[in-house]
Amino acid sequence: MIRLHDIGKSYGTRSGPVNVLRHVDLTIAPGERVGILGRNGAGKSTLIRLISGAELPSSGSIEREMSVSWPLAFGGAFQGSLTGYDNLRFICRVYGVDPEDKVQFVEEFSELGIYFREPVKSYSSGMRARLAFAISMVIEFDCFLIDEIVAVGDARFHEKCNYELFVKRADRAMIIVSHDSGYIRAHCTRASVLVDGYLHHHDSLEEAFDFYESATGKKADAA
Amino acid sequence: MATRGSGMTVRPGLARSWAIQRRVINALVLREVLTRYGRHNIGFLWLFVEPMLFTVGVTVLWTATKSVHGSDIPIVAFALTGYSSVLLWRNMPGRTIKALEPNLALLYHRNVRPIDIYISRLLLEVAGATMSFVFLGLAFYFVGWLEAPEDVLKIVGAWLMLIWFGTALALVLGALSETSETVEKLWHPTSYFLFPLSGAAFLVDALPQAAQKYVLYLPMVHGVEYLREGYFGSQITAHHDMFYMALFNTILTLFGLVQVAKVSRTVIPE
Repeated sequence: MIRLHDIGKSYGTRSGPVNVLRHVDLTIAPGERVGILGRNGAGKSTLIRLISGAELPSSGSIEREMSVSWPLAFGGAFQGSLTGYDNLRFICRVYGVDPEDKVQFVEEFSELGIYFREPVKSYSSGMRARLAFAISMVIEFDCFLIDEIVAVGDARFHEKCNYELFVKRADRAMIIVSHDSGYIRAHCTRASVLVDGYLHHHDSLEEAFDFYESATGKKADAA
Repeated sequence: MATRGSGMTVRPGLARSWAIQRRVINALVLREVLTRYGRHNIGFLWLFVEPMLFTVGVTVLWTATKSVHGSDIPIVAFALTGYSSVLLWRNMPGRTIKALEPNLALLYHRNVRPIDIYISRLLLEVAGATMSFVFLGLAFYFVGWLEAPEDVLKIVGAWLMLIWFGTALALVLGALSETSETVEKLWHPTSYFLFPLSGAAFLVDALPQAAQKYVLYLPMVHGVEYLREGYFGSQITAHHDMFYMALFNTILTLFGLVQVAKVSRTVIPE
């Protein structure tokens, strides 16, 4: 289980503290797939960083009884001056995994060819996304945090990612944040909506989408 | 419940925390070596070649200008002991000031904390300065510019105290620089003005009595004096109070750790 109790998060700005999250409660059971909907800037990424432990809440507490991934995104958190290979080795060292077993998988999955051993700064954004996803699949977790993954690359690569994440890891818990209700609909069993810092829970996906539509005043599927 | 793979457990015990921290610091050090020195030309050898060049340069300069330092100690020996210690307390803060910004992406990984980034950078800096000090000491000894030190243990002790001071100062300035631009701006002139006062270029004994009192407020002066006592022993009269330096270091370390903890609570991964 992962439990968030009464989480608050505020950031200092020039015009005083801004409350990004208020009184957020959330429980995720093993194997559960929870979607979190919200508009851009609603605090989705902040919430996911708090769940991952990369950032600490201003108030409230988080219990983690499962291993939790870092926030996976196609953007990728890389050191541009290092090669794809060196970035892989760094991640493996941080998580205590032998990189040599993983080189082949990442090299093949990312389809980078000779660029795998070139600095990441020479990559196109599509290449970065492929590397980021491949490296994300190297470390196993009970719960994956997925931050706004959008269709990157061609349909075939997207298909490959979906298979790797949602089919091969069908037994894992996942928290997926997105402003796109179509993506949440495809991969989640329930969804919550983040509006004005409050997280609203709903029993069914449809209820959540309806609420999201009315709260944001636009068609949620517009994206 | 059992957790999967290498994903960390919820509340790791102390032994496990230590294992994780060592793993993370090791990964950061190796990464830092690659990003800083790359795999080109002499690569990571720059780690100690660079400080060695500095020390040799200062040694040559001081020899050429026949610097007056108030003792019979050969200038080469004087420059090596003095400038090597400056490398520690001056360059260590240089590596931690604004160190988080280029590494914000790494903080996405829960186990990578600001303190790990600081420690990994400081380890490299200490390794470079220490290798430079030892290699040059040996080189100068073999070509006959330097006598063998009188008390190696004392040198080791003094060096460790200077490392401690450099680390504490680096933690304080590194953490403060994350919230205040002024720290970075002020450190450059401050370190510049501290250099001539740091004991690197004079023996405290050679100063007028009145000046001695003031200069001994600076903690690194005690370290340098102790270092030189280890090297030259009976040839000089060293002025130092290692208890004062340890007390100063302790307070600075605690203050630094508090500042780093503060930064850890507020830093936002990129």
